[in-house]
Amino acid sequence: MTTLAVRSGGTRQLTGTTTLLRFALRRDRLMIPVWTGVNALMVLSMPGTLEGLYGTPAERAGLIRQMETNSSLRAMVGPVFGDSLGALTAWRVGVYAGVLAAVLGLLVVVRHTRDEEESGRQELIASGMVGRRASLTAALLTAAVANGALALLLTAGLAGQGVTGAFALGAGIAGVGMVFATTAAIVAQLTESARLARGLTAAVLGAAFVLRAAGDSATDDGSSVLTWLSPLGWLENLRPYAGERWWVLALPAASVLLQGTAAYVLAGRRDIGMSFLPTRPGPATGRLGSAGALAWRLQRGGVLGWGIGFFLAGVVYGGMTESVADLVGDNDNARRVIERMGGRSGLTDAFLASMAGMLGLVAALYIVASVLRLHGEETSGRAEPVLANAVGRLRWAAGHLVIAFGGAALIMLLAGLGLAVGHGRQTGPVLAACLVQLPAVWVIGGVTVLLHGMLPRAATAAWGVAGAVLLLGWVGPALDVPQAVLDLSPFGHLPKLPGGTMAWGPVGTLTALAAALVAAGLTGLRRRDLST
Amino acid sequence: MTKAITVSGLHKSFGRTHALDGLDLEVASGEVHGFLGPNGAGKSTAIRVLLGLLRADSGAARVLGRDPWSDAVEVHRRIAYVPGDVTLWRNLSGGEVIDLYGRLRGGLDPRRRAELVERFELDPTKKGRTYSKGNRQKVALVAAFASDVDLLILDEPTSGLDPLMEEVFQRCVAEERDRGRTVLLSSHILSEVEELCDRVSIIRKGRTVESGSLADLRHLTRTSVVAELAGPPNGLAGLPGVHDLDVRGRRVRLQVDTDRLDGVLRSLTASGVRSLTSTPPTLEELFLRHYQDEAAVR
Repeated sequence: MTTLAVRSGGTRQLTGTTTLLRFALRRDRLMIPVWTGVNALMVLSMPGTLEGLYGTPAERAGLIRQMETNSSLRAMVGPVFGDSLGALTAWRVGVYAGVLAAVLGLLVVVRHTRDEEESGRQELIASGMVGRRASLTAALLTAAVANGALALLLTAGLAGQGVTGAFALGAGIAGVGMVFATTAAIVAQLTESARLARGLTAAVLGAAFVLRAAGDSATDDGSSVLTWLSPLGWLENLRPYAGERWWVLALPAASVLLQGTAAYVLAGRRDIGMSFLPTRPGPATGRLGSAGALAWRLQRGGVLGWGIGFFLAGVVYGGMTESVADLVGDNDNARRVIERMGGRSGLTDAFLASMAGMLGLVAALYIVASVLRLHGEETSGRAEPVLANAVGRLRWAAGHLVIAFGGAALIMLLAGLGLAVGHGRQTGPVLAACLVQLPAVWVIGGVTVLLHGMLPRAATAAWGVAGAVLLLGWVGPALDVPQAVLDLSPFGHLPKLPGGTMAWGPVGTLTALAAALVAAGLTGLRRRDLST
Repeated sequence: MTKAITVSGLHKSFGRTHALDGLDLEVASGEVHGFLGPNGAGKSTAIRVLLGLLRADSGAARVLGRDPWSDAVEVHRRIAYVPGDVTLWRNLSGGEVIDLYGRLRGGLDPRRRAELVERFELDPTKKGRTYSKGNRQKVALVAAFASDVDLLILDEPTSGLDPLMEEVFQRCVAEERDRGRTVLLSSHILSEVEELCDRVSIIRKGRTVESGSLADLRHLTRTSVVAELAGPPNGLAGLPGVHDLDVRGRRVRLQVDTDRLDGVLRSLTASGVRSLTSTPPTLEELFLRHYQDEAAVR
């Protein structure tokens, strides 16, 4: 009996899954709750915000009319299917919550599969009493726990708007999360590197977003084939709070089943650590000759990716500018919020200013990631042999910092060019609007340098700083956060361009502050022990 | 003879842990110096101080006549370092890393590089993430041996190498010595140390407990003697430095402090010697004595 079970695969393949699942949840005890919590909060705060913006039936009717006629806005957020607060919430943030759930799903799955194999940790795990399918199963179950929790939070939190719709929205969003978790499970079998697996899965997610956007700009009811091809389109076609079409849930379910099966089949056909897309050999001799060249080689891919992303985002936002001005022109509250975010001149200017500000906030994430490369190099032990050569610490750090601070300027310039291309006018002012964000971005970079130099163990707290600034910038204006709190963010002190007047005072002060932070951080780096 | 490395009274603490507790070390120019001690004795900490990666709390250190902390870059121009656990960039090939390290030092001899790649049987086109542990070590070793430097600092450099490669490594170190370069070799492989090192320093709990040539150190330990005598042994038990005496008829086994060997031999020849085996102390015994001392102290 036992022998038979082993021979035919049987349950032995899953031995140890429970232990591994508990272990994975323990390792993710911070990431999953925080990510899921923020995602849920974003959705749950929407009914209140929307009530303020579209309080009267007339305003909602105006919004729906606008969405029916405006294809570029539909491309951004999708069509509206109903005028209840629940339906508007699903319309406004459903797709984005789905994207967030998908990113968490792919991060969790890759982290517990390919990452483990690449680092060699999996070898030790697999040598224990662990079935051949246990690790993949545990990773998928971890993603299922995260998405299940999200669905529960959303169902409970939105119950006030109607339980049925709340459940549909929660299930739809969690479904998107699981679809991409299983996509990641497949990709993790294909690539040898976890980073590549994450990148490829994210590219699939990006493609899904583009498909849905294209489909939604073509039709106003989500009926385009392109929309139906995208898992994000399934979410909107489920129509939470607007006559739920339950059968649509069969699509993510079938997709999870199919992709999961494929992942198991692929996993069963390869050896541990191996992949279906093998690594190509590199050159036998190298041309890298300095710490700066090494830093560029390590970061150029990242700079390229961020640059392309920022340019495309700029083009998309720029293209939307006129239609958004039309849309919010009808709505007093929306106009007030946009004006508060972006200054009080014409709505087009206000929209451009708020988009430039948003891109600036995202650029803060770039600069933190780029500066923290120093931290990664140091803690991984790769910095030690480099610094044992004739390379001073300052030169080593400078190589990465030039890319971090210069790269931030480059991606903001590209964003500005994109905005100008998409908008088709005002090239100079639009570029200025993007570049004026830089001093604030640099301050965030300076804080990161300071943390790395003075408190290397707390260097990753820079992510918290960037996250807090991002939250203040995005949610602060809509939530009537007191000015004193908004002033804590360097972005709050920037002039609102285009439309506002250029204020050199704060720009100069922030730049000087950033320089001082960098200098202090580098002084600390020069004096302290290298972490090993 | 000039000194490549001089260290005296070096202290370094991490919180409450005293990693270095008054370490002394002298490495003469042109010698291969073995740096030994049990795990956690402070060898890697000492090496990181010598590389200016850590700052000593107190004490003096000079490397190639300069301060390793304040003149780090100048010192490093003439140093090649191989850590015990080499981490590579996942997407750079081994060849790229070798050339990068060479350029970041005093330069690289391309002919020697090619020769070393061949001798170590390294495939320089593989990407960092695909190398095994031993092959990652080879990348750092080739970079170090091909570099044009005066001092090599090797921290357990052969972990993960197979015995054939271990031999290649030993020949490379010998060649470096023949060229007049100085080598500081931290190692647990005693045969390697015995084969290569002119002098050794043994450290324990962050302090130097023994330093000198292998011949010197051997004198500090015991030689074992087994002899078949013509007549009954006489007065062996009373001789100074004799331990574990075991007499069975005319067969004698004993341990003797190596510097007291002379007296024992006199006494044996007085009785007439039929056969004699004298085993010099092995390095293992030497180290075990020091390592076990530590266990005893605990």
